[in-house]
Amino acid sequence: MSVSAIPQISLPFLMGNSLNAWSDALAGLTISWFPLGLVIIAAIPLVFIALYALTYGVYGERKISAFMQDRLGPMEVGKWGILQTLADILKLLQKEDIVPASADKFLFVVGPGILFVGSFLAFAVLPFSPAFIGASLNVGLFYAIGIVAIEVVGILAAGWGSNNKWSLYGAVRSVAQIVSYEIPASIALLCGAMMAGTLDMQQINLHQSGPYGFAHFYLFQSPIAWLPFLIYFIASLAETNRAPFDIPEAESELVAGYFTEYTGMKFAVIFLAEYGSMFMVSAILAIVFLGGWNSPLPNLGALALYDWTSGPVWGAFWIISKGFFFIFVQMWLRWTLPRLRVDQLMYLCWKVLTPFAFIAFVLTAIWEIYVP
Amino acid sequence: MSEYFNNIKTGAVTIATGMGITLKHFFNAVKRKGDAGIDDADYFRQVDGLCTLQYPREAIPTPVNGRYRLHNNIEDCIGCGQCVRACPISCISMETIKVTPDDLAVCGKTSDGQQKKFWVPVFDIDVAKCMTCGICVSVCPTECLVHTPVSDFSEFDRSNMIYHFGNLTRLEAEAKQRKLAEVQAQAAKEKQAAAAKAATDKAQAENSGQ
Repeated sequence: MSVSAIPQISLPFLMGNSLNAWSDALAGLTISWFPLGLVIIAAIPLVFIALYALTYGVYGERKISAFMQDRLGPMEVGKWGILQTLADILKLLQKEDIVPASADKFLFVVGPGILFVGSFLAFAVLPFSPAFIGASLNVGLFYAIGIVAIEVVGILAAGWGSNNKWSLYGAVRSVAQIVSYEIPASIALLCGAMMAGTLDMQQINLHQSGPYGFAHFYLFQSPIAWLPFLIYFIASLAETNRAPFDIPEAESELVAGYFTEYTGMKFAVIFLAEYGSMFMVSAILAIVFLGGWNSPLPNLGALALYDWTSGPVWGAFWIISKGFFFIFVQMWLRWTLPRLRVDQLMYLCWKVLTPFAFIAFVLTAIWEIYVP
Repeated sequence: MSEYFNNIKTGAVTIATGMGITLKHFFNAVKRKGDAGIDDADYFRQVDGLCTLQYPREAIPTPVNGRYRLHNNIEDCIGCGQCVRACPISCISMETIKVTPDDLAVCGKTSDGQQKKFWVPVFDIDVAKCMTCGICVSVCPTECLVHTPVSDFSEFDRSNMIYHFGNLTRLEAEAKQRKLAEVQAQAAKEKQAAAAKAATDKAQAENSGQ
């Protein structure tokens, strides 16, 4: 990193701004036998998910949806309804924890847990900053695509365990949808991996750094990169069960889909998992196609905007902003489009996205081989 | 094949159009929709901005001739009880005490000059039952019973929905009742005395006639 005009904030024991400096220093932090640093590394994304779901996820979505529909949204709890989410959480905590009499107790209880763990596991390979990544795997991207499939198990456990026709319908739809859309999503991400030549998340980010800011992002590096970018974005909506692909929860036909029978904190955990995977797919999209923690601002002569806005703390700012921007687009789409029918959903996946993903894959390969 | 690509094109174009519309509304959320009424010329032109009314703090006023909560101007009520008989759901209950002759001036007249002949210690309207049909209003001879434009009168306690309009307190009503009983007893005694006198007069006349 070059000299930055704005001094970087570094924790006293985490000196140095080199790649993965903070997480490496944390990993070495142990109190006698207890690996405190590893626990902190795991806790940071967890706290992040909770805080972001609390503020932007719930309150932000309610406000954004309200503004798009010419409403005001929550206004009563605190000024502009800022404390609405806290009130919601208090309500959820006080609710009776009901397990239906005819439910499969074990699957019913374990379902939301698996769901949340599935979405949280992918946070291990998200580089939150040049100096921080949970696990710097050399197969990071592959791991992120693969581990999300655990969510399917959680959804199926929740839907089957509820012993309710709506839950089961929702679960079956969700599984069919997630398994199908993983194909175009993975092929689209492979295009990014081909351009980087690596599956390591930090390396993919490093390949996109440069003094011209956004011009180094893979989206602008190749004339066909917008295609896998769009395909992955659409497929990621389906993978996170967001509108217009929210047929697993389809509130007008299935009540709430696979979490119809859930109340209280189990319901909250399912929602936390949904918001967790929303950020996760947005961050992957930002990392593979939009430079992750790289600043989009270019150096313009004496105005060294890129150098001024680069560094570990700025990196965290950029990747979180990019993630939040795509979450905003997800919300924006949710309040624009009606829900797809099941056959339309499968048509879109198998007959549109998958062939186009293959075309994008071949074209990217040709571009990477023949264009220097 | 061309249908396939046309589908994709239509999909892309319509999604872009729809997102444009929602984004326009999103950025218009800094504005409030105007409060021009249906009578105003630009009523249909106020399409942009938030339309939420934060009800308890902001409200569209009810029309001045709105017929909602029933109200009785007890000063004008002559206690005729026609409203009680007219009400199809018996939401009005009423008790009256006849005014003694010496109290007529105290009881007073209605605003159009009619002498009131009854005290009305109890005039209760159960506004929770009232369905604002207006039959009581149409039969009221002194037009003291009216529907007001007040439309929001929710209560936490059911008993608060019973509105009391009586013009006497309980003690006053007891006093008036006693007074009326005394006057009536007095009148009955006088009547009895008069009857006895008439009987003795008649007997004397018969005796003298023989």
